[in-house]
Amino acid sequence: MIELRVNGVIHPLDVEPAMPLLWVLREVLGLTGTKFGCGIGQCGACTVHLDGAPVRSCQLAAGSAAGRAVTTIEGLAASAPHPVQEAWIAEQVPQCGYCQSGQIMSAAALLARVSRPTDAEIDAAMSGNLCRCGTYQRIRRAVRRAAGEPPHA
Amino acid sequence: MPDPVVSRRDLLKAGLIGGAGLVLAVHLDGCARLDADPPPTSAPFAPDAWIRIGTDGIVTVVVDRSEMGQGVTTALPMLVAEELDADWAMVRFEQAPVNPAYVNPLAGSQRTGGSTSVRAAWLPMRRAAAKARAMLVLAAARAWGVPARTCTTERGVVRHPATGRSASYGELAAMAGRLPVPADAPLKQPGDFRIIGRPLARLDVPSKVNGSAVYGIDVQVPGLLVATVARCPVFGGRLRRFDPARALAVPGVRHVVPIETGVAVVADGYWHALRGRQALTVEWDDGPLAGLDSAGVQRRLEDLASEAGVRVKSRGSDSPLHTSDARVVSARYDLPYLAHATMEPTNATAHVAGHRCTVWVPTQYQSGTLVGDGAREVAAHAAGLPPSAVTVHTTLLGGAFGRRVEHECLSEAVQLSKAVGAPVKVIYSREDDIRHDHYRPVSHHRLEARLDPSGRPVAWRHKLVAPSIMSRFVSPYLPGWLAHRFGPVKHGIDNAAVEGAASPPYRIPAFRLDYVMANIGVPLGFWRSVGHSHNIFVVESFIDELAAAAGADPYRFRRELLVDHPRLLAVLDLAADKALWGSPAPEGLGRGIAIAELYGGYVGLVAEAGVESGAVVVRRVVCAVDVGTVVNPDIAAAQVEGGIVFGLTAALKGEISFKGGAVRQGNFDDYQLLRLPEMPAIEVFFVPSAEPPAGLGEVATPVIAPAVANALARATGRRVRRLPIRPESLTA
Repeated sequence: MIELRVNGVIHPLDVEPAMPLLWVLREVLGLTGTKFGCGIGQCGACTVHLDGAPVRSCQLAAGSAAGRAVTTIEGLAASAPHPVQEAWIAEQVPQCGYCQSGQIMSAAALLARVSRPTDAEIDAAMSGNLCRCGTYQRIRRAVRRAAGEPPHA
Repeated sequence: MPDPVVSRRDLLKAGLIGGAGLVLAVHLDGCARLDADPPPTSAPFAPDAWIRIGTDGIVTVVVDRSEMGQGVTTALPMLVAEELDADWAMVRFEQAPVNPAYVNPLAGSQRTGGSTSVRAAWLPMRRAAAKARAMLVLAAARAWGVPARTCTTERGVVRHPATGRSASYGELAAMAGRLPVPADAPLKQPGDFRIIGRPLARLDVPSKVNGSAVYGIDVQVPGLLVATVARCPVFGGRLRRFDPARALAVPGVRHVVPIETGVAVVADGYWHALRGRQALTVEWDDGPLAGLDSAGVQRRLEDLASEAGVRVKSRGSDSPLHTSDARVVSARYDLPYLAHATMEPTNATAHVAGHRCTVWVPTQYQSGTLVGDGAREVAAHAAGLPPSAVTVHTTLLGGAFGRRVEHECLSEAVQLSKAVGAPVKVIYSREDDIRHDHYRPVSHHRLEARLDPSGRPVAWRHKLVAPSIMSRFVSPYLPGWLAHRFGPVKHGIDNAAVEGAASPPYRIPAFRLDYVMANIGVPLGFWRSVGHSHNIFVVESFIDELAAAAGADPYRFRRELLVDHPRLLAVLDLAADKALWGSPAPEGLGRGIAIAELYGGYVGLVAEAGVESGAVVVRRVVCAVDVGTVVNPDIAAAQVEGGIVFGLTAALKGEISFKGGAVRQGNFDDYQLLRLPEMPAIEVFFVPSAEPPAGLGEVATPVIAPAVANALARATGRRVRRLPIRPESLTA
């Protein structure tokens, strides 16, 4: 039995502590916004926040998240969309959309840490998130927009 | 993407397939029918298969193509909203069930592919909406006792200007629903469009930024079990024996089930299933491909290049090109197998209960007609039920690119649900997805050309050696001579292998393309832009080599040979113009240009690329596109951006190779995709046009690789003739 705090709600869960957080979120808690892409921490589709920092939930044992604050895409904003989500809509980033939860979580973590990131900081923070549809140009613009910078490429 | 169903229809109607993509609408005139699901969401006003208007005024457009990122759930509703004069804020979409009304007229089956969605819907959906509008107008006119022609429509409201009366579509829906559907209704003139041509926000985006969008892998059904399947790592291998004991000992594992493709571990969740599979004892008979390796494939292709092959096309003089002739240019090109690597791994969910089978599947191909490889037919076969007993729910697709017309995974899910008596979701691990794909075929090319004294090419010969995607659709029940004349590989020519190479647009008097089919045994499939993905690289690289041999500017060289192709010439000029072709390239970089025509669309692209710190860098891409009328310029630009990234990823990184019969790559560490820091700045320009829409989703994919190779030739003086590009080959 472990206790997970996800999006502000405490869940006592009868799961093996070694089970990756990703699968606890998706299959036990029904929070399917966090995606499975590779299972080895290479694609970033499963990115969530652990105490505000971006982590690959496919690589994190659920037991290691116990007692810490887990935030998923569903909990990123309480009511109104998060500025990053607004920027994603304004720049019409998603195509298939599958990777975008992870992209948004990485971007939100970056902007929480650095309010006006440089291009190099954006590149570094977002390099772990793959997008097969090729939305990277719009992701760059959206991150800049969310940071209040001109969104030009 | 060529459609096997269409090809089979050659038996009925000869001469279907044109040089690039599909060109003929196939009507289901009773010769083959789909079993129909009832229409979705009943509404008071449902004049046809696509449009539902409720008393609340909500216009629901039933979208009969799969949403795989291309924006079809916005573009098709825009077509309806335009002719309906709907209020865009009131428009919603819904995914279509399986029904003959939803057959793609450009494919002959209910499928999404071949860049057909908008061009296939362009007239039928607009006509349907125009008729619906006419019915709403008539309902209002009758209620008001005025002539229908004196009424107008605007943003979901019918008005009678003379009396100032008005009624919303919601108010009129019930009345309109009782009227007969008119035989015809006039369409708007392009100058009157107020929705088509506008960069409206996508209807699916809000759900894709908050985690609520439901992909196949997200489907939740009460009592759902999750399975992973251990498959033989060698294609065509078989299960020799297995022992379920250790897998069954893993907590959460419920069943171990041998199925057609391997041994499935069915568990409470994916992690448990995967752990069970890792514990499984299984032994394979690798079969005849046990020795497959990439060097052997290459040798085989080169051996086959000495065979005559099949003459695909020839014109002009057939006299030999003497290699001793100083004006003869020759080159060989090689392109590898490629995986699709959609971000959402392959998956499917099925529930077989009694005499019903329900499936939830991210599919591009809901139902076929004759071949039986659509989702509904595959599920029916696996369940042992008639197709009419199967309900197909199409979820969102986390990428597709041609991967999701294949349905082994769906078959596995159905077999397992039937076997264990519960709903089952099969999820491919990323390694499963990379190692059990249907790959873009490998290809080997030999080209020769002769230039006249002025440097103009007068002869072009191309021998193309490649496996055939379409061969697997040749019916084993057809007599050989009949298949040879009418089958999907007519006269030994696979159109999916030769498209893009058979008709280079350049005016060259003597031309010859020969195709040698190479049967390797690796499963093949349709990969964004299909044959163009390799052939355009070859044609556009070689024409650049000819320009270099002639001492000509590659842009002007192409220009002079494009006299018969004004639309291609226009995109070539536009790309060159926007890229400031004549100006010096940025320090250390070269500029390269390439063009193509595919699926009715035209593309010209300029790339700026070079080698920095031992890596190929692409800084800027300028792309000019003519796809006729652009329904939504922002979505269209996104498709071009994405198509370029897809092609660039292949050019710089993509390669599936084999060792000991198995695919060597398995995940994104060794089958790498382009990452954000490597992303060039992409500028997209559309040629203004009132022509009907052409194919868009694949048009940009094949031109980026040759443009980059051509840019690198200028930057480094070295010619790339093998993909993916190895930077060390440019600096050694």
